Amino acid sequence: MTASGAGEAGSRVVCTTCYMCACRCGIRVHLENGRPRFIDGNRAHPVNRGVVCAKGSAGIMHHESPARLRAPLKRVGERGRDALVEISWEEALDIATRWLAEVRATDPRKLAFFTGRDQSQALTGFWAAQFGTPNYAAHGGFCSVNMAAAGMYTLGGSFWEFGEPDLEHARLFLMFGVAEDHDSNPLKLGLAAMKARGGRIVAINPVRTGYAAIADDWLPIRPGTDGLLVLALVHELLRAGRIDAPYLAECTDAGWLVVEAPGTAGDGLYARDPAGRPLCRDRRTGALLPADDPSAAPSLRGAVSLPDGRRARPVFEILAERFLDPGFGPEAAAGPTGIPAPTIRALAAELARAAFEAPPFVAEPWTDWRGRRHAGVEGRPVSIHAMRGISAHANGFQTCRAIHLLQLLLGAIDRPGSFRFKAPCPRPVPPWPVPCGNPWQVAPGRPMPGMPLGYPTGPEDLLVEADGRPCRIDKAFSWEAPLAAHGLLHSVIGNAWRGDPYPIEVLFLYMANMAWNSAMATSETIAMLTDRDPATGRYRIPKIIYSDAFWSETVAYADLVLPDTTFLERWDALSLLDRPIGKADALCDAIRQPVLAPDRDVRPFQDVLIELGHRLGLPAFTREDGGPRYPGGYADYLVHHERAPGIGPLAGWRGPDGKLIGKGPPNPRQLEAYVANGCFFEHRFPAGRRYMKPVNRDYLELAVELGMLSRAEPIFARLYCEPLQRFRLAARGHGALQPPEALRARIERYFDPLPFWYPSPELEADPEGAFPLAAVTQRPAAMYHSWGSHNAWLRQILGENRLCIARTTARALGIEDGDPVRVTSRVGSIRAIARLVEGVEPGTVWTWNAIGKRAGAWGLSPDAPEATRGFLLNHLIDELGPGSAEGARLANADPITGQAAWYDLRVRVEKIAPGEPALAEPRLAPLPRPPGLPDPPPVLTWGAVFRGARR
Amino acid sequence: MRPAASLLLFTTLSGAGYGLLAVWALSGLAGVLPPEPLAGAVGLVPALLLIGGGLLASTFHLARPDRAWRAFSQWRTSWLSREAVAAVATFAPALVLAFGWLLGGRVPPLAAFLSAAGAGLTVLCTGQIYATLVPVPRWHQPLTTPVFLAMALASGATLAVLLTAALGSGTTAAGLTALVALPLAWGLKLLWWRSGDRAPPRATAAAAIGLAGETPARLVEPAHSAGSWLLEETGFRVARRHAARLRRLALLFGVGLPWPLLALGLLAGGGWTLLFALPAVLAKALALAIERWLFFAEARHMVGLWYGEAAV
Amino acid sequence: MTALPDPPPARRLGLVIDLDTCVGCQACVVACKEWNGGGPAGPLGDLEPWGAAPSGAWLNRVHGFEVGEGEAGRTVYFPRSCLHCENALCVTVCPTGASYKRAEDGIVLVDESKCMGCGLCAWACPYGARELDRPSGVMKKCTLCVDRIGDERLPAAEREPACVATCPARARHFGDLADPESAVSRLVAERGGVELLAELGYRPTNRYLPPRPGRRLAASAERLEDAPAEGGFLGWLDRLLGG
Ligand SMILES: Nc1nc2c(c(=O)[nH]1)N[C@H]1C(S)=C(S)[C@@H](COP(=O)(O)OP(=O)(O)OC[C@H]3O[C@@H](n4cnc5c(=O)[nH]c(N)nc54)[C@H](O)[C@@H]3O)O[C@H]1N2
Ligand SMILES: Nc1nc2c(c(=O)[nH]1)N[C@H]1C(S)=C(S)[C@@H](COP(=O)(O)OP(=O)(O)OC[C@H]3O[C@@H](n4cnc5c(=O)[nH]c(N)nc54)[C@H](O)[C@@H]3O)O[C@H]1N2
Ligand code: SF4
Ligand code: SF4
Ligand code: SF4
Ligand code: SF4
Ligand code: SF4
Ligand SMILES: [Mo]
Repeated sequence: MTASGAGEAGSRVVCTTCYMCACRCGIRVHLENGRPRFIDGNRAHPVNRGVVCAKGSAGIMHHESPARLRAPLKRVGERGRDALVEISWEEALDIATRWLAEVRATDPRKLAFFTGRDQSQALTGFWAAQFGTPNYAAHGGFCSVNMAAAGMYTLGGSFWEFGEPDLEHARLFLMFGVAEDHDSNPLKLGLAAMKARGGRIVAINPVRTGYAAIADDWLPIRPGTDGLLVLALVHELLRAGRIDAPYLAECTDAGWLVVEAPGTAGDGLYARDPAGRPLCRDRRTGALLPADDPSAAPSLRGAVSLPDGRRARPVFEILAERFLDPGFGPEAAAGPTGIPAPTIRALAAELARAAFEAPPFVAEPWTDWRGRRHAGVEGRPVSIHAMRGISAHANGFQTCRAIHLLQLLLGAIDRPGSFRFKAPCPRPVPPWPVPCGNPWQVAPGRPMPGMPLGYPTGPEDLLVEADGRPCRIDKAFSWEAPLAAHGLLHSVIGNAWRGDPYPIEVLFLYMANMAWNSAMATSETIAMLTDRDPATGRYRIPKIIYSDAFWSETVAYADLVLPDTTFLERWDALSLLDRPIGKADALCDAIRQPVLAPDRDVRPFQDVLIELGHRLGLPAFTREDGGPRYPGGYADYLVHHERAPGIGPLAGWRGPDGKLIGKGPPNPRQLEAYVANGCFFEHRFPAGRRYMKPVNRDYLELAVELGMLSRAEPIFARLYCEPLQRFRLAARGHGALQPPEALRARIERYFDPLPFWYPSPELEADPEGAFPLAAVTQRPAAMYHSWGSHNAWLRQILGENRLCIARTTARALGIEDGDPVRVTSRVGSIRAIARLVEGVEPGTVWTWNAIGKRAGAWGLSPDAPEATRGFLLNHLIDELGPGSAEGARLANADPITGQAAWYDLRVRVEKIAPGEPALAEPRLAPLPRPPGLPDPPPVLTWGAVFRGARR
Repeated sequence: MRPAASLLLFTTLSGAGYGLLAVWALSGLAGVLPPEPLAGAVGLVPALLLIGGGLLASTFHLARPDRAWRAFSQWRTSWLSREAVAAVATFAPALVLAFGWLLGGRVPPLAAFLSAAGAGLTVLCTGQIYATLVPVPRWHQPLTTPVFLAMALASGATLAVLLTAALGSGTTAAGLTALVALPLAWGLKLLWWRSGDRAPPRATAAAAIGLAGETPARLVEPAHSAGSWLLEETGFRVARRHAARLRRLALLFGVGLPWPLLALGLLAGGGWTLLFALPAVLAKALALAIERWLFFAEARHMVGLWYGEAAV
Repeated sequence: MTALPDPPPARRLGLVIDLDTCVGCQACVVACKEWNGGGPAGPLGDLEPWGAAPSGAWLNRVHGFEVGEGEAGRTVYFPRSCLHCENALCVTVCPTGASYKRAEDGIVLVDESKCMGCGLCAWACPYGARELDRPSGVMKKCTLCVDRIGDERLPAAEREPACVATCPARARHFGDLADPESAVSRLVAERGGVELLAELGYRPTNRYLPPRPGRRLAASAERLEDAPAEGGFLGWLDRLLGG
């Protein structure tokens, strides 16, 4: 279980968890004489069942990359231009402690601690709270917070993280805007299973690659219009009455009463009893009963008069009234979406057929929350999955809500063949807690009383000053992005540079390539990182600490670099407190173990963070006697930290004898137990507890036992998002907390408690069509964001990207295959090389994400194709949205969650005149190579060493 | 296909060398050339030098020349192996011939005959290597080997004219051979070009992915953006226009110029023959280089079907 | 020996690749490079691995094609490796005896201790299945992972090629195509497995399963009936829920 170094004789297989992407497959590293020789999948692993993807196999080249950082670095000259110098860990930790301690003692908010695609947010978020800064978030805000928030506020689970399609049983599978997905291998395995069974797969995507290529149907939708398509499907199902009414009545808020009292503070909120319980009308007795009364049989229709005389109607009736309007019909959707009305109608018919005609029945008796026994579960073999094609638009939250509405109407939630919750979900809707970071919660030298991220339920949960200004540097949980459950990493640098809402002192980044592919308007971001305040001569963002494992673009802009290990050299946890690897039928979590000892002067970032926590005297990391609480670093923390009594980072093998699951005192031998089990823990739910989990009494009780829920109460899905109405009421002038004037209309418009569709602000801002094409990126299967290019194998597969244009569109523009083209958005121009294809919606152009690289970075020669022919679309994406509701412009983001609207980009494409050089632009100066990094060898004969050894 | 310098040198030099060897040996056998050492030396030394130089060049094509000796083992199946065997085997009679002629002052008849036969056989093997390569349709046609043979003869004979003229005997026979072989070789070449140009493609991209019925198929995402040895070997392209111009040049220098020059030189006789044969040989050499370059450059390998070619 | 086995091998081990489910993910490509590069067939060298013109030896590649146009158009990913031909010209052209076809199972291999790197076998292969490893100057090709499929020390389930084991879309199958009862033969029979470029006469062992025709929605032209008229939709709802 401990690290082994090179030179060790013989061959061995060591299990751990892949980290070439966030799918977190179980892998086996085959070592020969201490060197990794082969990585394959762990066949026992619940996530990947033995398969690994291209990146997973290429983990060896990731680990052996010449771009690996070798020692802590300190900047000596100008950011981005001058060299960094190697320093000792002692000096690095001293500097960091000094910078951080200063901030903590004066104004902890002046530390902005943002992490990227890491998987230790349970630690990093906790650390930020201990430090006392609300300015903490991970990458979710620019990734898929629309999906996460829409799911959490609707179902208590969400696509990917907390839910999965049951493709073993589905007959029909709809994929909205999915390229590779986070759950790449499970999704591929599922598609294979569906194919083998003859299920129908429908890909709704402007681009036809990968999964869409093998779908039975490809619906080339115009970007940003899915909401219209989905609501047209809703219309069709309602019109035909092909919905699961009993399910809606039993498992959702469909029968809950909504007050209709326009102009009053209670308008549009659920009717509640004095105890605050939502009411419904019993359809047999007509009595008003609390919706969670086991005897209630909620009626889905009919206005009632409440005891106080106000009128109220069930959610379902309001909803049906809205969506039965012919304005939601397929004809209306056909124009903007580009999907012909007959196709939409046929899809609706197919949905109804697959869902309701001879549904499968799983004879697995279960008991519902009312105590009623059922002989089994009727399947709803319609699975829907959606990802960033929905998420990365400024209407993504409402669109994702619309998709969940569609699922709920079909009753296709957590039943055989449908979307299923992954443990630890479902959680209450919306889940606890609310975010922490209001002025009274932040004080010098003190931890915050709660976690910085959470789920607000109304204006009172926002993090705003008395005057309505944001409390957080990224303006998350402010009136600009009230439900920003994951924060807004994409706004941090811009806001900090502008000093809006306030300047910061230290920007602490971890595993986020913010000076390149995770920035919007990359060149502008770089300018902000290097801009100085003329008054003081200091950088406007004075101190930047960054932890990366590789020589990425962002390293060049840091003042202090804390070099991390690779994933084969450290302990990690995929924890229930963060993003576990749960499955629908099992509670799972996993770890990574150090397979190899680092051969450089690098340290696991988590160890460093824990050490900094102790040096700063953060209570949770410091013993009463002043010593470190976790002298054994992260491994020690994983075993001994308790978030709440009995609840720690890892759920398996708890308790002194390792017999407890989920809850229990720490087990000093817990990590050994994980290692012995292939580095994962899987606890399968017994029969009768697997389906209908939100209303399944035995499941709910089990969830409480395992520490996944605090109360065994039924979880009703919400067709109606009451929290949105609370914000809307505030915008209408009700309550003590109201949005600033400039934002009232915006909140009124977007905070509709029922899902609706609106065009992207980018589209609205361009009525003349100056930028006639949508431009989106896609994930290449064999590359992970920016980290593939230093991988000698993966970069051979995809070392340069093209701009793919529909053949017809290109011809109309006089563009031929291979022509250099200029791509222009409202903020800039880049060059690209065109590729003509059939498989793209004619009004859309696309390219692979993050293949273009800054010259000089990643250990590549400066004339590498990634830098000369590859290009980065991010240069064209504005950090701020078009137009403005107030003086300061708003983020280019969803108005509800703050999710970055990457895929709302609109461009113009022109052929570049002959003679102009066809290189990628803008041409930023090559970055200097940091000290100590080896010159990459001209020839690679990987594998020769094993032959030699075997002879 | 990539026109590798090693292969251009090998096929042209050794081709000309074997052609010369054959012409010289047969001339000696037929008594057209006198059995004097000088008469032998003037032709056989250049022939053996050309052959040797070509064979040496061919080893530069091998990534592991240290194992070249293994190439003699598979003569039962491999034309390349047969070529190697024939090439080396031909040295035996050729050396006997050279010793007999240069040192003994006589032309050993069997050695002369075997030298000529060996030369022909070796060139035949060379031609067969290419002619049997199914994946390269332009090579895989019946005329490929005859073209190689005729080209070798024409080159050898042209050279022989120059050498016999310098020697001052046997010129007429060499000259007549050249005057027949040149149009024959280039005529065959012209036919070979035509049939290569006109042959319908052997396969389409759609067929290459098993979907022969569905048309068309276009490559949209290359397997690798990086290169490979195989692509460098097979991916060489020459523009059609450029190739057409080169073909005309090759014809001009290959037969258009040398034939009248040789004819005039022969008619004029004496020192004129030598004077006219020199530019004819140079032109022919240039033409041969172009022809051989085009032989590779114009040939397409079927692997191109997976790399963007619509049909091969 | 570059003579082909006579009589032809009784077993014909090979791959069956399903073009209907291949998503072009390249997993098989990298697994192949890694397994073979670190094994007896390795190394599979790369030139300029971090430079301007990288190029390397791979035994399996996946190409992305579009076939047809408009409504009928589709994207097809095409994995390409050695097809272990029965009539393997790549073997018979080899002058050194390095290339051979195994008599027991038909697998085509290179004995690289004999290879002189002439490249002729690569020219002779219409499927582009051979690559020279430039650092060592010897020819490489798909080995059908002989060092996995025949390794008795591996658990039976793992005795399959690396590319097959890793394919997340389960688009790759391995077995004996000479045995009509084998799973792969049955797949080929069921799905109309294609012998690639059969007209060239190489008699490849591997088979490709063509994409199933898509079942297009618009073509079904199905339409949902309105809910029963009586009492309208809400009346229907009442009846459904009983009150
Ligand atoms: N145009 C456009 N832009 C996008 C997107 C898009 O679709 N289109 N997608 C957005 C989305 S969803 C995301 S999630 C972001 C992703 O953007 P990022 O998360 O910024 O990008 P990555 O390339 O994953 O790089 C993160 C950094 O982590 C480093 N790293 C890798 N391994 C380790 C390690 O073990 N330890 C440490 N400390 N560092 C490590 C890498 O070297 C790299 O510098 O990009 C966003 N940007
Ligand atoms: N191999 C690989 N896997 C990855 C990653 C990676 O970099 N490489 N990144 C990981 C990360 S951080 C993330 S966030 C996930 C993202 O996983 P995905 O969401 O699968 O990835 P994207 O590439 O953002 O794909 C979005 C898809 O939506 C389509 N699209 C764009 N706009 C619209 C629209 O308006 N409507 C519809 N219906 N479709 C649209 C695009 O064409 C694209 O196919 O992938 C994760 N997995
Ligand atoms: S999908 Fe691939 S890269 Fe991601 S964890 Fe799994 S094997 Fe690793
Ligand atoms: S691993 Fe499977 S799905 Fe992926 S490219 Fe290879 S054959 Fe296709
Ligand atoms: S595919 Fe090519 S290398 Fe493989 S056996 Fe056939 S001809 Fe030989
Ligand atoms: S390259 Fe090697 S294996 Fe191929 S034909 Fe030449 S000697 Fe034989
Ligand atoms: S069978 Fe083995 S050698 Fe052949 S392609 Fe698959 S992994 Fe590569
Ligand atoms: Mo992401």
